[in-house]
Amino acid sequence: MNIMKEGIQLILKGIFKENPTFVLVLGMCPTLATTSSAINGMSMGLATAFVLMLSNMTISLVGKMIPDKVRIPSYVVIIAAFVTVVDLLMAGYLPDIHSTLGIFIPLIVVNCIVLARAESFAAKNGAVHSIFDGLGIGLGFTLALTFLGFVRELLGSYSVFGHKLAPGDGIILFILAPGAFFVLAYLMILFNIVKKKFIKK
Amino acid sequence: MAKESSFKNMVLTLLTITFVSSAVLAGVYRLTAESIEAVRIQKINRGISEVLPPFDNNPSENVYKKYVDGDTVYVYIATKDGNSVGAAVQTFTNNGYGGRIVLLVGFLIDGTINNINVISHNETPGLGDKISPQKSEFSLQFHGKNPENYKLSVRKEGGEVNAITASTISSKAFCDAIERAYRVYREDVMKKGNWDAGTGATSTNK
Amino acid sequence: MEEYILIVIAAIFVNNVVLSQFLGICPFLGVSNRVSTSLGMGGAVVFVLTLSAIVTYLIQNFILLPLKIEYMQTLTFILVIAALVQMVEIVLKKVSPALYQALGIFLPLITTNCAVLGIAILSIQKGYSLAQTTVFSFASGTGFALALILFAGLREQLDLTSNVPKQMKGYPIALITAGLLAMAFMGFGGIVK
Repeated sequence: MNIMKEGIQLILKGIFKENPTFVLVLGMCPTLATTSSAINGMSMGLATAFVLMLSNMTISLVGKMIPDKVRIPSYVVIIAAFVTVVDLLMAGYLPDIHSTLGIFIPLIVVNCIVLARAESFAAKNGAVHSIFDGLGIGLGFTLALTFLGFVRELLGSYSVFGHKLAPGDGIILFILAPGAFFVLAYLMILFNIVKKKFIKK
Repeated sequence: MAKESSFKNMVLTLLTITFVSSAVLAGVYRLTAESIEAVRIQKINRGISEVLPPFDNNPSENVYKKYVDGDTVYVYIATKDGNSVGAAVQTFTNNGYGGRIVLLVGFLIDGTINNINVISHNETPGLGDKISPQKSEFSLQFHGKNPENYKLSVRKEGGEVNAITASTISSKAFCDAIERAYRVYREDVMKKGNWDAGTGATSTNK
Repeated sequence: MEEYILIVIAAIFVNNVVLSQFLGICPFLGVSNRVSTSLGMGGAVVFVLTLSAIVTYLIQNFILLPLKIEYMQTLTFILVIAALVQMVEIVLKKVSPALYQALGIFLPLITTNCAVLGIAILSIQKGYSLAQTTVFSFASGTGFALALILFAGLREQLDLTSNVPKQMKGYPIALITAGLLAMAFMGFGGIVK
C-alpha cells in the first residue's frame, strides 16, 4: 500500500513539479523536432518513456556493482542497448511511426533526461521506485510533447490528431522550425503561471 | 554507494555490460529481422500497386537498377499472367527547393504515365509540398501523358506543365525527376525489351 | 567540386543543424550567454564532430557492415564518440595546453551533444563517401558554431538593452529569439538551386 502511494507521488512529481520539458528543460532536441503533430509528439514521448523505465530499472539493479569511474560509460551502454531494442521493435511493428521519427529514435541515447535520471535517481534508489520515477518523468515528457504537437498541429494544419477541423492549409509557420520555438516558449510561460497559482493555494 | 575502482574491475564490468547488451541486441534483432524485412518488401509493393494497374508478381524482386547522375534509379517491373503491365520507377532529383525529392513513377508499357507518388521530399509545407498528390492536384496533370510527345517542363520555359503557384522550383524539380525516370525506362527497358530484370533475359511478351 | 560546395552551403545555411534540424539544442540554449564561451564551444564541436563522423564512417564500413551487425550502430557509435572525446581531451592537454585551456571545459559536454551522434548517423543514412562525410560533418559543425555565435550575440544584446517582461525571462525569451533566428535562416532555402 505504502509503495503504491509513493509511486503515485513519484509519477505526479515527474509530470508536474519536475516536468522534464517545462521545468528541467532537458531533451530539447526531440521536443522541438518531433512535435509537428500531436501523434508524432506522443509516439516520441512514449518511446522515450519506455527506454527511461527500462534503463532506470536496470541501472538501479546493477548500479551498485559498477565501479565509480566507469559509471557513465556503463550507463550509456545500457541505455544504448534499450534504445536499439525500441528502434528494432518499432521498425518491425510500427513502421510508419518509425519512419516519421527517423533519426530521433537512435538519438534517445543522448537525450539528457535518460542519463540524468540514471545518474541522479536510479543509481541511488531501489528498482520499484526507479521504475515509477521513469514512468513519471516519461509521462511528463510524453504529455509535454503531445500538448506541444497538439498546439502546433491545430494552428499549423487546422487538425487534431490527424482529423481536419477546418479546410485550408493552416498557419504553416507553426509546423516549420520557428513555430516549434515560439509555441514552446509560450507554453513554458503558461506552465509557469499555472504552477505559481497552484503553489500559492 | 558504488564499488571502488580498480583497473581490473573497471575493464571487467565494462566488458560484461557490453557483452550482455550485445547478446540481448542480437536476440532482439533475430526476433524482429523477419518482420522488418517483410515490412520493407510490403512497403515497396504497396507503393508500386498505387502507381500501376493490377499485377500478380512480386516487383520488389523483379528490379532493374541503374546508376545515373550520381545516384541509383530503380525500375520495378510488374507483370500479370506473365505479361508485363508496366514498371514503377523510383527516381530522384536534387533540384528541389529543400534539396532532394524522391518519386515513384508508374509507367505503362508504352511509356504513358499512369500515376505518381512522392516518396520523400523536403519542400516547404504549404508551398512546395503541393507536389504530393495528397496535398494538391498538381501531380494529377501528368496522368495519361506520354513523355514521348509531352513536354516535361513548366509553361514558363515553353513546356506543358502548369507549375504550382509560388513554387516554380519545386515544380521544375518534379519534372526533372520524372524525366530521369522516363529516360532510364525508355533506354534500358522499353527499347531493349528488357522486361524480365530478374534474369536479365529479353522477354517476348508485349 | 560543385557537389562539395553544395553540401557545404546546404549544411551551414539551408539545413542548419540547430535551427532547422534541431540537433544540439541543449548546448545551444545552455552555453550561449556570452560570445566568448560560444566561440570555444563552437570550435570544440567542429573538431569533435568532424573527427567522430570520420571514425564512425570507417567503423560502419569496415566493421559493422562486413560483420552484418548494423543493429549495433547506436551502441558502437556512442561508445566511440565518448572514447574519442576522452582521447581528444588527453591529447590536447599534452600537445597544446593553450588550446586545452580554451576548449577543455566544453569537451565533456560534447558526448551528449546529439548533433555529434546525429551527424554521424545522418552521413551514413545519406550514403555519403568518406570525402563527402568529412565535408558534410565539417560544414555541419560550422553551421552549429555559426548559429551558436549569432545566438550568443543576440542574447548579449538582449541582456544589455532590452526590457524583457518578467514572465518571459530566461528560457522563454531565449526560445523566441531562437525562433526568430530560425525564421531568418529559412530565407536561405532554395539558395542551393
